[in-house]
Amino acid sequence: MAKTLQLDVVTPARTLLSGEVESLVAPAVEGYLGVLPNHAPMIVALVPGIFKYRQDNATHELAIGGGLMEIAHNKVTLLADTAEKPEEIDDERAAAAKERAEKRLHEKLPGLDIHRAEIALKKAIIRLRVSAHKIKH
Amino acid sequence: MPGVRDIKRRIHSVKNMQQITRAMEMVSAAKLNRVQGAVTASRPYAEKMEEVLGRIVASAREGTHPFLIKRQVKTVGFILITADRGLAGGYNANLIRKAEAEAARHEKEQKGFIAVGRKGRDYLVRNDRKLHGEFIGINDTPTTAEAKQISGLVVKLFLEGVFDEIYLVYQEFVSLAQQKPVIKQLVPLSPDQKEQEGQSDYLYEPTPEKVLEMLIPQYLDNQVFQALMEAKAGEHGSRMTAMHAATDNAGEMIEKLILSFNKARQADITREITEIVGGANSLNAQ
Repeated sequence: MAKTLQLDVVTPARTLLSGEVESLVAPAVEGYLGVLPNHAPMIVALVPGIFKYRQDNATHELAIGGGLMEIAHNKVTLLADTAEKPEEIDDERAAAAKERAEKRLHEKLPGLDIHRAEIALKKAIIRLRVSAHKIKH
Repeated sequence: MPGVRDIKRRIHSVKNMQQITRAMEMVSAAKLNRVQGAVTASRPYAEKMEEVLGRIVASAREGTHPFLIKRQVKTVGFILITADRGLAGGYNANLIRKAEAEAARHEKEQKGFIAVGRKGRDYLVRNDRKLHGEFIGINDTPTTAEAKQISGLVVKLFLEGVFDEIYLVYQEFVSLAQQKPVIKQLVPLSPDQKEQEGQSDYLYEPTPEKVLEMLIPQYLDNQVFQALMEAKAGEHGSRMTAMHAATDNAGEMIEKLILSFNKARQADITREITEIVGGANSLNAQ
């Protein structure tokens, strides 16, 4: 039995990650979903959230902005809209985006796409949270 | 025999042209550089997505999503992605020819076009083709927002029943000097043939319908985006090689012109000498 999973994280802009991992946790639509080696084939819709994976006995985090994950034969492909490693996140930009989204949701101007604003807010919060973790390490 | 001054003038103008073509080559090279990195970086995503979608579509029941339903084909739409400008060798002409050949294959169906890029639009208008939309002035490095506009129109036209099938026609970027015209069916989605052997017994989280609902709009956006990127990279590549060839040709032409300039100059001098000698001789003879 295999003890690792092959994980590929690809976004429209680049291939972020490709390597063997021991386990992972992904933000699925109905809550976080853990995956271990020898998982049954599965296709999972993802929402913006923190994606965690264990590699070389350390836990790593990515901020992802929703997407799709395919699990088959110990191979996991994560098709993310956006994905960033903690060290790549621009805190100031994320904080500004958070403020902007909050303001928009607060003012509720006519023609506001609430759904979009909420997603933007969520993405910004996730980015900040993932980025905050890197400081602790 | 053209005079020395005429030749000199021509050399000058060819040199000017060479400067322009060389500048254009360099501009295209710079633009290509930018978009080429993006196009190769975005390919894994597009390919993977196509793969996954093909698998889902193969295992999903027919009719779970409007884009999976195959209707009887009465109208066919083509999205023709050309460049806005010419001077790119056979880039636009080859693609238009390919589109025409493909359109001719659908002889029974009605045909309509969506033009992306001025060259294609002008051609279609000139030939009185039915245009359902035009997108001119796509960025040198296409953006997802531009792709979304186009795919939005595709969704609308398909759902309203204007077209029963929609194809993308564009130049795929193979290498610097090579582009390949391709035709790709965008909607309805066709299942991946290889996956139909029933090996794809996937679990879906939350449900196949939800996953498809999320995935299909993304897939369409991405397909259009990828096509725009490939097309742009191809355009810059094609223009670069065309302008390189033009610069070389101008160089050759200048060499030839200099040669004939020297010949003409020499002929002039020889003529003058013979005239002087002839004049002197006739004086001596008197």
